[in-house]
Amino acid sequence: MTLEQTGVLSREELAKLPGMPSEERMRRGPVVVIECGQEIPCNPCEALCRQGAISVGDPITNLPVLDEDKCTGCGLCIAGCPGQAIFVVDMTYSEQEATVAMPYEFLPLPEKGQVVEGLDREGRAICSGRVVKVVNPKAFDRTPVVTVAVPQDCAMSVRNIAWQKQR
Amino acid sequence: MTTTEFAVVGGGPAGLSAAIEAARAGVQVLLIDENERPGGQLFKQIHKFFGSKAQRAGVRGIDIGTQLLGEVEANGVQVWLNSVVWGLFSERTVGVIHERKNYSVEAAKVLLATGAMENPLAFPGWTLPGVMGGGAIQTLVNVHRVLPGKRVLMVGSGNVGLIVSYQLLQAGAEVVGVVEALPKVGGYGVHASKLRRQGVPIWTRRTIKAAEGNGKVERAITVALDEHWKEVPGTEQVLNVDVICLALGLTPLAELAWMAGCKFDYIPALGGHVPVHDADMQTTVPGIYVAGDVSGIEEASTAMEEGRLAGIAVAQSLGKLGAEEARKKKEEIYAGLEELRSGPFGEARRNAKETVHARAER
Repeated sequence: MTLEQTGVLSREELAKLPGMPSEERMRRGPVVVIECGQEIPCNPCEALCRQGAISVGDPITNLPVLDEDKCTGCGLCIAGCPGQAIFVVDMTYSEQEATVAMPYEFLPLPEKGQVVEGLDREGRAICSGRVVKVVNPKAFDRTPVVTVAVPQDCAMSVRNIAWQKQR
Repeated sequence: MTTTEFAVVGGGPAGLSAAIEAARAGVQVLLIDENERPGGQLFKQIHKFFGSKAQRAGVRGIDIGTQLLGEVEANGVQVWLNSVVWGLFSERTVGVIHERKNYSVEAAKVLLATGAMENPLAFPGWTLPGVMGGGAIQTLVNVHRVLPGKRVLMVGSGNVGLIVSYQLLQAGAEVVGVVEALPKVGGYGVHASKLRRQGVPIWTRRTIKAAEGNGKVERAITVALDEHWKEVPGTEQVLNVDVICLALGLTPLAELAWMAGCKFDYIPALGGHVPVHDADMQTTVPGIYVAGDVSGIEEASTAMEEGRLAGIAVAQSLGKLGAEEARKKKEEIYAGLEELRSGPFGEARRNAKETVHARAER
């Protein structure tokens, strides 16, 4: 099944994306994961990266290409992607845990320390996680970025979070 | 009789952009909109737009609207709000009801930037309260901050259906799922992925069969479709919902162009009957221009570029802009439009627009 059929990038599709870092790069520290798999005319990510690690070029429909050696994993590109397709994964967070930084445009925002469920690309709870950072500066234009610590083997699957909210 | 150099009908992204470009060049512009506030659909678009930086990509539609209104004001465009254009007559006379009075506005040039209307779908129960269009839901939720219901079935997986579903989730509603008659998701994959990771299913090859309820929507019945678009018996599914949202595409709102005698072409890729227009956005009736969804259903970003194009062409034809300067400005916009219409999602629209332009030149 493909993104076009399901709305979810398959493992095979993900593996082919030019915005995917190598496993070797992931072992070296935080790095961006660009899950942009359709040739749509869009390039804000390219200008957002201060390291020049993301290139779209001409034509503007090119998929964003990651230069994984230039990427510092700063995450400034996350909130600026209109498709919310950019994440930062840090496999070196701790012995067992990795972190995933993701755009999160919902209220209430989680607080640091909040225990959450890690949801995969289809919204299924696959592990427990813990919010380690929530940032929402003006430059992100109301797209807060939430960083959650999850077991390392879930880091390439967790793309959303959920928890019991008191309304 | 009131006169103006340039009457712009419709204050959405196309009309505002045209008014700004023309006024900047020194054209006297009257912008007419039937709403209490201009901006068209922009103020319902709370998400960040795609495109390139020059086309304000990454900026939310609502903020683009505010920017455009500021520029309209700064450039001295006269704006009539709550004003309905009810007719377009020979010699570009525009019939307008403004402040409860009827005006005949004689304009040297007229731009129709009237946008589009949503496509309906008739099925048993479709008149029950709770069956509504995506545009209405965006108005309620994003402009007036009122949730139309708690549990929503979305019909249609184009960008509008996907975006409205996401915005309903943001507003606190539950979206039980999206049905799509086609075998694939219609809109951008990234919009679909945003929904899927919230746990919202997208059911392709499935459609709405009926809405049921006592005086209002209480249930939706969906059904699978086979490859011949026939319902597959026994695949009905009952969903407890209080809102059924229809997001089934748009049709150009072109009555004024029909009335003015513009030539039309039927182009499915552009949403149906569209006024034939040239690369300056001028229709087959001299002095009458179109831009935005009325000239073919696309996106706000293309509408803004087309509006600018019309504004520049009008300024040029009124002698307010030199040929060389106009050519430069237009070429920059053509390049931007080409970008916005590139890739697998833009190709059909680009080809269709080329067909329309070719017809105008014949």
